[in-house]
Amino acid sequence: MAKVYIYPGTSLILSDLVARFGHQPLGSALAVRERVQTPGLDSPPLQITPEDPKKGLRYAAVEVPSGVRGRMSLFGPQIEEAEAGIIISDADLSFGCMGCARTNELVQFLLHRRDIPLLELDYPCNDEEGVRFVAAIKEFLSSLPGGVST
Amino acid sequence: MTVPVRIALLGCGAEYSGVMPEIYEAARQVEAEVFYPDVTLADIRSAGKGFGLDVHSADLKLIIARAEALVTGRAEADAVFIATCFRCAEAAIVRNELRRYIHEASCLPVVSYSFTERTTSGTLLTRMEALVTIARRRALLARERQEGLTMGLDSGSATTKAIIMKDNEVIGTGWRPTTQVQQSADEVIALALEESGVRRSEIEAVGVTGYGRFLLGNAIGADLIQEELTVNSKGAVYLADRQHGFATVIDIGGMDNKAITVQDGIPGVFTMGGICAGASGRFLEMTAKRLGIDITELGPLAMKGTAKNVPMNSYCIVFGTQSLVNALAAGNTPADVAAAACHSVAEQVYEQQLQEVDIREPVIMVGGTSLISGLVHAMGELLQTEIVVPRYSQYIGAVGSALLASGFIRKE
Repeated sequence: MAKVYIYPGTSLILSDLVARFGHQPLGSALAVRERVQTPGLDSPPLQITPEDPKKGLRYAAVEVPSGVRGRMSLFGPQIEEAEAGIIISDADLSFGCMGCARTNELVQFLLHRRDIPLLELDYPCNDEEGVRFVAAIKEFLSSLPGGVST
Repeated sequence: MTVPVRIALLGCGAEYSGVMPEIYEAARQVEAEVFYPDVTLADIRSAGKGFGLDVHSADLKLIIARAEALVTGRAEADAVFIATCFRCAEAAIVRNELRRYIHEASCLPVVSYSFTERTTSGTLLTRMEALVTIARRRALLARERQEGLTMGLDSGSATTKAIIMKDNEVIGTGWRPTTQVQQSADEVIALALEESGVRRSEIEAVGVTGYGRFLLGNAIGADLIQEELTVNSKGAVYLADRQHGFATVIDIGGMDNKAITVQDGIPGVFTMGGICAGASGRFLEMTAKRLGIDITELGPLAMKGTAKNVPMNSYCIVFGTQSLVNALAAGNTPADVAAAACHSVAEQVYEQQLQEVDIREPVIMVGGTSLISGLVHAMGELLQTEIVVPRYSQYIGAVGSALLASGFIRKE
């Protein structure tokens, strides 16, 4: 089983595909879930406190907006932890989205800097592309250590 | 129970900056509730096309869609608060354009703010309070004449002011540097009562504004306790006799600055910032001290000098002062240095605050710094307009409070 970072991080479809092929998806849902299940409600809805943007300084300098650093305090550790990654470019909002374009650039940059297997695909625009899209993801996930071939 | 004012939050990055509890708390303190206007995915997809600004960040597309929902009536609110990350260029463009769009296309009061993770509810409180006042007290703000015998107090960060008004005329004034809030207020009240020749018991209603408004207002049982954004706007257009139509009010204070676009005496778009001490009255006080003159002499001295003769390396109160000291050491005249200090403050307010409001003529300068002629001149040059400085401009908050307080006089 490999830990696979998914981009966009909120994509339930990607998350489901990764899990179906025997791996652990890393993305927004997991990062936020760990917070909202933590006892105490400091800062709803996402439970991010002013301390988190400071933790994000590990990934982005102090002159970078606090929203980027707050996001990086969630995604940065996941990128470090990831053993593989899937990046979908120009995804439709309904497929999954990340709110901040600057964070998105940084997330993709940090994924590229990691020496891990990466699958990069454009979001499909028609049925034919959709079939090839899923097949490519299946092939990639199956090739990872511990991947399940279905 | 009072129905809370509903403030629509158009935010990008707030949830990830840890400031949401601060936004909620500031709203709670002024009996308002913050909510997100509902939009559909289709609204978000079409947001860029309709608004004409194609942004990359999905959260910014979302707030554009929410703004369109408010303007078209698909979502209802009493006021709008736009909050985006400090130092984000993309968000700054959206923030400014949305504020303008909402102001022009709806009657909703709107304020914007760029936050960091250090933003607190205290910083947001006055802005939220102003939104609530405009939404809830339009009838009060419509008052154009002072009636009866009323007193206005302005407990500012640098000075405390009192005004007594009778039948639409100022009859007493009091002014003191702020030390202890209550003590300074007692002193200015005594001065104003003495000048007006009336007794405290004769005052029919009292209004209080400024930083110390809650402490002072509760202590003396004020009829009106009101933030300075709406009070100063009202006072400015009243004193300048521009109560109808558009105006821009600029108040460069001791601790923060306010720039307000006013329509018919009611603030539409406003910004309030402690940008930096270098853009405040404090910098001018320090300059006067360094030149060995009284602050009242700084303005006339600046009018004799030429600002561009002094190279200012920084807007900072520390390094800016260093530039002034270097200029004096290099042989520049005190007049040039005074002019450079005034230009520096005006330019910083112009660059960092006035860009956030729509400048509509007439431009009215108020507050103690409006008496510094060199600063008014510098601002007029930057804005390419003749600045209006009404009589009693230094008492603006107190005048506005006395004016609005007359709405609380109990008729027999």
